[in-house]
Amino acid sequence: MRSKMFRQSGVAEGMDGRIDRLEKRPGLIGSDVQRRDVDRLLRGRGSYVDDIKLARMVHVHFLRSPYAHARIVSIQTEEAKKAPGVVRIVTGNELAEVITPWVGVLGHMASMKSAEQSSLAIDKVCWQGEPVAAIVAESRAQAEDAAELIEVDYDPLPVVADKANALDADSPVIHEQLGDNLCYERKENVGDVDKAFQEAHAVVEEVFDIGRHTAVTLEPRSILADFNPGDRKLTVHLSSQVPHMMQYLFAKHLGLPEADVRVRVPDMGGGFGLKIHIYGDEMATAALSMMLERPVKHIADRTESFVSDTHARDHQVRARLAVDADGRFMAWEVDDLCGAGAYSVYPRGSVNESKQVLNLTGGPYATENYRGRARVVFQNKPMLGQYRAVGHPIVCSVTEGMVDRAAHALGLDPADIRRRNFIPEDAYPYKRPAGPVLERLSQHASLEKLLSMMDYPSLRDEQSRLREKNVYRGIGLASYIEMSNPSSATYGVGGAPITSQDGCVVRLNAQGSVTCAVGVTEIGQGARTMIGQIVATVLGVGMEDVTVLLGDTEVTPYGGGNWGSRGAGISGEAAYLAAGSLRENLLSAAGVLLQCDPAKLRLEGKAVVDEDSGEARMTIAELAYTVYFRSDLFPKSFQPELVASRHYAQKALDGVATNGIQGSYLEVDIDTGFVSLLGHWLVHDCGTVINPAIVNEQLRGAVVQGIGGALGEECLYSSEGQLMNGTLAEYLVPMAAEMPDIEIALISTPTETSSLGAKGAAEAGAAGAPAAIMNAINDAIQPLGGRVAAQPFTPERILRALNKIGG
Amino acid sequence: MSGQVEITLTVNGETVRRTVEPRLNLVDFVREELGLTGAHAGCEQGACGACSLRVDGKVVRGCLMFAVQVDGADVETIEGLAQSGRADDLIAAFKRHNSLQCGFCTPGMLLTADELLNTVSGSSRAEIRDFISGNYCRCTGYQAIVDAIEDVQAKRGG
Amino acid sequence: MKPSPFEYVKARSMDDVFNTLERHGDGAKILAGGQSLVPAMNLRMALPEVLIDINGLSDLGTIELDGDILRIGALARHAEVGDSALVASHAPLLAEAVPYIAHRGIRNRGTFGGSLATADPASELPACALALAANINLASRQEKRTVAATDFFKDIYETAIMENELLVSVEIPVKREGERFGFLEFMRRRGDYATAGLAAYASFDGDRVESMRLAFFGIGATAVLAPKTAEAFIGRTIDQATIDNAVPKLNDELEILSDVHTSADVKRHLTSVLMTRVLSGMVQI
Repeated sequence: MRSKMFRQSGVAEGMDGRIDRLEKRPGLIGSDVQRRDVDRLLRGRGSYVDDIKLARMVHVHFLRSPYAHARIVSIQTEEAKKAPGVVRIVTGNELAEVITPWVGVLGHMASMKSAEQSSLAIDKVCWQGEPVAAIVAESRAQAEDAAELIEVDYDPLPVVADKANALDADSPVIHEQLGDNLCYERKENVGDVDKAFQEAHAVVEEVFDIGRHTAVTLEPRSILADFNPGDRKLTVHLSSQVPHMMQYLFAKHLGLPEADVRVRVPDMGGGFGLKIHIYGDEMATAALSMMLERPVKHIADRTESFVSDTHARDHQVRARLAVDADGRFMAWEVDDLCGAGAYSVYPRGSVNESKQVLNLTGGPYATENYRGRARVVFQNKPMLGQYRAVGHPIVCSVTEGMVDRAAHALGLDPADIRRRNFIPEDAYPYKRPAGPVLERLSQHASLEKLLSMMDYPSLRDEQSRLREKNVYRGIGLASYIEMSNPSSATYGVGGAPITSQDGCVVRLNAQGSVTCAVGVTEIGQGARTMIGQIVATVLGVGMEDVTVLLGDTEVTPYGGGNWGSRGAGISGEAAYLAAGSLRENLLSAAGVLLQCDPAKLRLEGKAVVDEDSGEARMTIAELAYTVYFRSDLFPKSFQPELVASRHYAQKALDGVATNGIQGSYLEVDIDTGFVSLLGHWLVHDCGTVINPAIVNEQLRGAVVQGIGGALGEECLYSSEGQLMNGTLAEYLVPMAAEMPDIEIALISTPTETSSLGAKGAAEAGAAGAPAAIMNAINDAIQPLGGRVAAQPFTPERILRALNKIGG
Repeated sequence: MSGQVEITLTVNGETVRRTVEPRLNLVDFVREELGLTGAHAGCEQGACGACSLRVDGKVVRGCLMFAVQVDGADVETIEGLAQSGRADDLIAAFKRHNSLQCGFCTPGMLLTADELLNTVSGSSRAEIRDFISGNYCRCTGYQAIVDAIEDVQAKRGG
Repeated sequence: MKPSPFEYVKARSMDDVFNTLERHGDGAKILAGGQSLVPAMNLRMALPEVLIDINGLSDLGTIELDGDILRIGALARHAEVGDSALVASHAPLLAEAVPYIAHRGIRNRGTFGGSLATADPASELPACALALAANINLASRQEKRTVAATDFFKDIYETAIMENELLVSVEIPVKREGERFGFLEFMRRRGDYATAGLAAYASFDGDRVESMRLAFFGIGATAVLAPKTAEAFIGRTIDQATIDNAVPKLNDELEILSDVHTSADVKRHLTSVLMTRVLSGMVQI
């Protein structure tokens, strides 16, 4: 029945008819509706922040520290101030008079500490790239010319450039007032881990390294701050995933009333978690607009993005796994060391990746004995922030790497060992030893579906045939859990002004069109379309009838924006409930006009329809017209309400778990260490799927981002904390020629925590891809005695693992 | 300002006359001077392809040419290509296949795909991937883009 | 970053070029394709006072056959070289190498002469010039002179071009009977600078090697020949034994530098893989 509506292969199996039951007939939810908001973008008529020009707009350029750690002795700006086109030059001290400082700690992470941070460096710089002066000029080029005339006298300090040394007794301490370079430590000990290791049939151990990544959104960080001296209101056109959070924090740190701050997100060229943080240069840009009483624009260029954007990952995890003779996991032990930057990022903190490592390692599998330690340390590097799948790629690399290790130690097939250990289907909800409750997962079904999609047995055949010809191919599986629909447990309880709820307001207009405003942001992922599908379905209208407003704090309900795979599950739920409430209002008004019981009416085909006969009693346009222009036709006591709003926060669980599994098939050239990706498969369960095509594309994009980390991406630092590969030629993001086609299937286990039953899908691809690739490489080279565990799996690392170097 | 240079060129079929500083690069010129903001500056190093423009019939990196160099030249941007109707099938295919998400790489990707379709026929998926290897996309993972180009190639009989 | 300010000269003749070069010395830079120069200017690592745009000197863009010489003008675009029937017939090594150069948009502008004059150690054409025993024609107001490829590449980004000179064309002996070429590049992504690469030439008498040139790139300060290693093949056939015999010579002969991604010993390993694969490919082992 539902299959008639689908034009692509992204049909979710097991869609249990939840929406059918709720909606009583199929609508647009679950179909591959094309995005209508892309027509502008396809024709070059998008409007990104840098496309906006305002009267008397000026540009700010930031002079940045070339040193990773140094005292600022003096800054001479007199010559620079005379340069052509210069409007103003300020340093950290001057900005400190108008911007209050911040500290990026969360109260519910007990031991977490960080130093106070100001928008520009004052007294000392703590990472290469930290801004030390702001030059405002009529053009960016002139500001850069003037910057060259600024003389900064630095007194270099010893550098903490490696997380491995950050806690050594003789390591420099970056923030003396904190006593050491430890940002956060957490320990867990559940069950009897030592006993399990003693009794184990086999113990496998590994040290996993995951490199430092940066998001590389194609549109760099972009801000146009416009302070109007007439009404003293600040409007910020901002490429941001979280406009309300930014409104709150601009108001707070610039000393403005909330009512006088508006944050507006126009078209946005990628977020991926980069654009949910407070950056000193953006705060400074807003302050400069206030100081100069004119619009000030800052577009981070690529060079400065590499040294000023938040980074991610940068972990070393030591892991041990105890296994019994049947291949059952008896105990997990992990020790995670994460290299943060010079400060914990504000307001979300730099410890969430490590939190997930402790919460979720071993995740897909039932094990009661678990011990873990996570430490996050400061380094003289850019701040560590949230980046697609936050921590889950590390969790999955460690977990799935160990599972394959165990399979190999026991001579078990990797698919089989997973089957034996997945949380049993009847064990849900399942509480992880040190982590969240997992609602209900479909791990067994996902595994079987994946193996069938890949034609696993025939890949194994091909692999062994080719091995005889000295061609080394590998198959790697990676099962993952990805948390979505976060509650306030992540941030709110820790004192951060980050909302986990969302709201939606829906309105019927006079000709029967619908306008809704919602707290999610469009970052390219298709939010506008997804919300439109939900609202159109509930109100029985077409996509062309629905206008979705988002990304403007002046227009939308207070919302959380985009992070943590919450769009469909939380914003979508708010839209669903709001549209449902409006439907009740409409049917109530129609019932009065038609003199019948509203329970016998429904909305379908842009009309009010009799539930029993299916006959259209009046069009929705007629209803709207009557309500707006013919109040006389309603009884005096009845006031029709054609606007409805609902808010929704997921409160049942800390987060709603999703699951999936990925498979990689690749070939390792054992003479060169180069890897060719031959195929990639993914099965994901995100519950109710609003738009399968959009979900599939999110999964694909995320897989490729994960592949980037697996094979190429890594910020490389000298011992002096200097970034050595800060260009797109040398920081190896995935380009088209090396990427595989990715085959996807969706399974649906709706969440019981909401009406729609939707769970997240935006990040999961990135969680599992590195592990699948690692397992495939190791599967390929283990007959030669090789093994890799440090990402990215460069040709050099593979050749060394194969003992091909330094003979 | 020293050394300002007068240039006359056609942009999307229209004659344009401006006086520019030599160091103004071509993508900044079309964006700032002409208000054609479809092309984007993603790296200023020629690595990402977001600035791709067509000069005298060939796709180039707009960040690696100066406006002064296109005096007398014929420049086409995504706005011009879209208005011309020559790439309607390609644009429709991108929409149908979900070959864009944030859209920032899309103008450059379309100009490059348009050059592929106009200069080569019968490209395999691997050859299509090769041709667009200089256009960075962070959102899609490239597969849907390849699908769209392959689809148009087939329909055009290539 | 935006470049620092400069003056712009659109050269309408070689005289314009020489006048400006003489007046400004090393403050003047030639703008040909710009695909290497402008990125450096956009980082403010190159700070020319004057750019001399030679793109209007269309005489410099020809590709022509002149007896047994293929002459490629300095302004011939990579895309043109790659598409040229003359190049495909007479210098097939170039036709093989050009698709490895960067990406389409860059090949539409980047020039043959510009690539040689830039002399990036990880680029393809300097190695091809060595393998082909090319001769590079330079001109100043006073004289024209020719520099053999083996004398042209001095150091990283440094060539034999003098301050007042312009590279005008490159001459390559056309492919003759009994000559074979091979090209292979290992790179992390399509169009990236080479992790290691090899452009090779060999002439055969029957199945015996008469002469050989092995030009490696991506491994040191410049593209380099490995003449001692090549010599080991003279008079012999190319087979597994002669290749195995040549590997230690190659390891001895080449000076290798690490780069940000790959250490020298790994690059050294890759050079012997390159030699093995390219030479085997030449004789279809």
